[in-house]
Amino acid sequence: MDFVRRIIALMFKEFIMILKDPKSRFVIIGPPLIQFFVFGYAATYDLKNVRYAVFDESRTAESRQLLSRLSGSENFELTKTLLAEKEIDVVINREKTRLVIHIGPDFSRNLHVGRTATVQVIVDGRNSNVALIALGYIGNIVEQYNRELVKKGVVSMNGPGVELVDRAWFNANLQSRWFIVSALGGLISMVVVMILTSLSVAREREFGTFDQLLVTPFNPAEILIGKSLPGMVFGLMDALLFSAGAVYWFGVPFRGTIGALVLALGCFILTIVGVGLLVSSVSMTMQQALLGSFVFMMPSVILSGFATPIENMPHWLQVGTLLNPLRHVIVALRDIFLEGADASMIWHQLWPLVLMACFTLPLAGWMFRHRSQ
Amino acid sequence: MTPRDLFFMRLRGILRKEVLQILRDPSSIALAIVLPLVLLFIFGYGLSLDAENVPIAIVLKDNGSAARDLGARFDLSPYFKTIHLTSMAQAMDLLNQRRVDGIVHLQSDFSSGLFTRNQSPVQVIVNGIDANRARLIQGYTRGVLQKWTELRQARGEPVVGPSVKVSQRIWFNEAAVSRNFLVPGLITLIMTLIGILLTALVVAREWERGTMEAILVTPIRRVDLLLGKMLPYFILGMLGMGLSVVVGTTLFHVPFRGSIVALFILSALFMLASLGFGLLISAAIRVQFVAAQISIVAGFLPAFFLSGLVFDLDSTPRFIQIVSHVVPARYFVSISHTLFMAGDIWPVLLPNALALAVMAVLFTGLAFRKITKRLEG
Repeated sequence: MDFVRRIIALMFKEFIMILKDPKSRFVIIGPPLIQFFVFGYAATYDLKNVRYAVFDESRTAESRQLLSRLSGSENFELTKTLLAEKEIDVVINREKTRLVIHIGPDFSRNLHVGRTATVQVIVDGRNSNVALIALGYIGNIVEQYNRELVKKGVVSMNGPGVELVDRAWFNANLQSRWFIVSALGGLISMVVVMILTSLSVAREREFGTFDQLLVTPFNPAEILIGKSLPGMVFGLMDALLFSAGAVYWFGVPFRGTIGALVLALGCFILTIVGVGLLVSSVSMTMQQALLGSFVFMMPSVILSGFATPIENMPHWLQVGTLLNPLRHVIVALRDIFLEGADASMIWHQLWPLVLMACFTLPLAGWMFRHRSQ
Repeated sequence: MTPRDLFFMRLRGILRKEVLQILRDPSSIALAIVLPLVLLFIFGYGLSLDAENVPIAIVLKDNGSAARDLGARFDLSPYFKTIHLTSMAQAMDLLNQRRVDGIVHLQSDFSSGLFTRNQSPVQVIVNGIDANRARLIQGYTRGVLQKWTELRQARGEPVVGPSVKVSQRIWFNEAAVSRNFLVPGLITLIMTLIGILLTALVVAREWERGTMEAILVTPIRRVDLLLGKMLPYFILGMLGMGLSVVVGTTLFHVPFRGSIVALFILSALFMLASLGFGLLISAAIRVQFVAAQISIVAGFLPAFFLSGLVFDLDSTPRFIQIVSHVVPARYFVSISHTLFMAGDIWPVLLPNALALAVMAVLFTGLAFRKITKRLEG
């Protein structure tokens, strides 16, 4: 009973510490919310309005038909019509356009005599991903145009050919926003929890109030629990809020169960609280604590599969990412949102998280006691 | 003593204090030297958008030579690691368990259909959860098909290619290696970390610890204080930048086609803008805990999401594009992409440099105004 009372007293103190200062109160909810919306819109691999220029030497009905398919697509935006070949250099180098479509003078002649007509596409490779995706879109458009040519009888299909039939499962329109936004709750709540907990002990140390805390009747385990609760509460609150935002604002489908969502986020935040307290217990100043949490957060974000696929990493690094809590929760979140997983199906992601929490929390407690002497 | 001598004397004093403070706490040195190295390794190896050895299932229900020939083209492609199966149900199971990322399906009448109907479908199913990867896989399959058609034509076998063909040229990055654009972006991130994160705490710390009062009674002026806070971190940041460039070009073979002088001048501008921003936060907030949060939310995260570092800005909604103009990292990402891959293209570099210069002056000026030499803010 005493134990519970002491924990509650400590918890009160911690909550008051965070909530008494209006700036710090705002920091808990304001910036995470802004981040969620801004990043929800900004973090996308789907291309829209790719600026392009056209250099059409053919100027025939056929070339215009092909180009109108491009200008009609919402993925592309025509910015310039070029009149000379040397202009291609200028517009690409100066980033006036992302790509140039060059149709040679013999385009329609080739088509009519049954030879292959070539469309040259010159892309700015400074962002290689945009270059490849844009080329993919153009490939699709040209393929449709080819089919139309056969249908309209402009060219005849006088030999065997193959036709590619594409389909994508779970996400038929290939919207990358679903993939990113479903994981955003985990990422942003990690930042909030990490900062709250890593600065908590370091601040008391820097202010010298840590010694006062040590002479109170609390034992180190109780202090640790009291320090971790605000992070738990605010982190889980933020993460659930963002999950709701993903569904109701960004229209991401929610195919799994709420129980699984709460379980996955709860286990994850517990692990992060452990890491945060560990960083806090080894830091003597707030600057060190902040740097420490960055040393943890940067690699976690990059090696989590949030922005780039884990499968693209070398094998040894893929194995290393198994130690990354963010990786597990992101896989779990995507399973729950997009593939309809329930609590039993995310077990493979849950046990590593629980295991890590079982390791980091006691270690933080141990460090805490040993650094304070 | 002339006023100039006095100025330098004061500056030397405050600089000495700051440098000692940095040296006594090795964590900030670690940030400038160790963190760039660690991040470069992780970024260089970990952050890649190029799919290789994508596991796919090939379901050949047809034993004809054309079908087997096409299947072999997939086996030979460096982009794919193929598993040959005979039934579609098996393949779908593997796709559901995520053991494969895609299925290529040739029906039993593929080879015969080529000749009787003149058109045979190649069915490709991909897992669309990661839309970007799915799109790249679709692109790779299209490439394999095109190669196969060209090969058959070259061997004189009857096959009709598409009437219109795309011939592509990717400038500055022929092989479309994503590392070549991610590593230059990383330099932006490292400099942001040093410029904003470290400096966000340095003035707030003085207020919180009460040492600001000690500084207030010295003859040190605001200019001296500002310079003293900026210079050491400026040097740390430039060190981190230099280190990243050396490691990026030697270890990861990222090309560097611009000039070192341009890189030095432009990154100095970016460093000043970041430092000014960090000091502004620090001087305006005066509480380390909140300053730390703000520096992450307003400094670090926008540098990752709103700079064009990974996600393309042109494709975002208008209001995001407008917001991105106040993020200094946006201009430097553009500068470093151009310097590394395209060279000294001044029509691109100059407008970005101008924006950075304006920001450097603006932020430093505001920070100067906010560093008051009075107790009541």
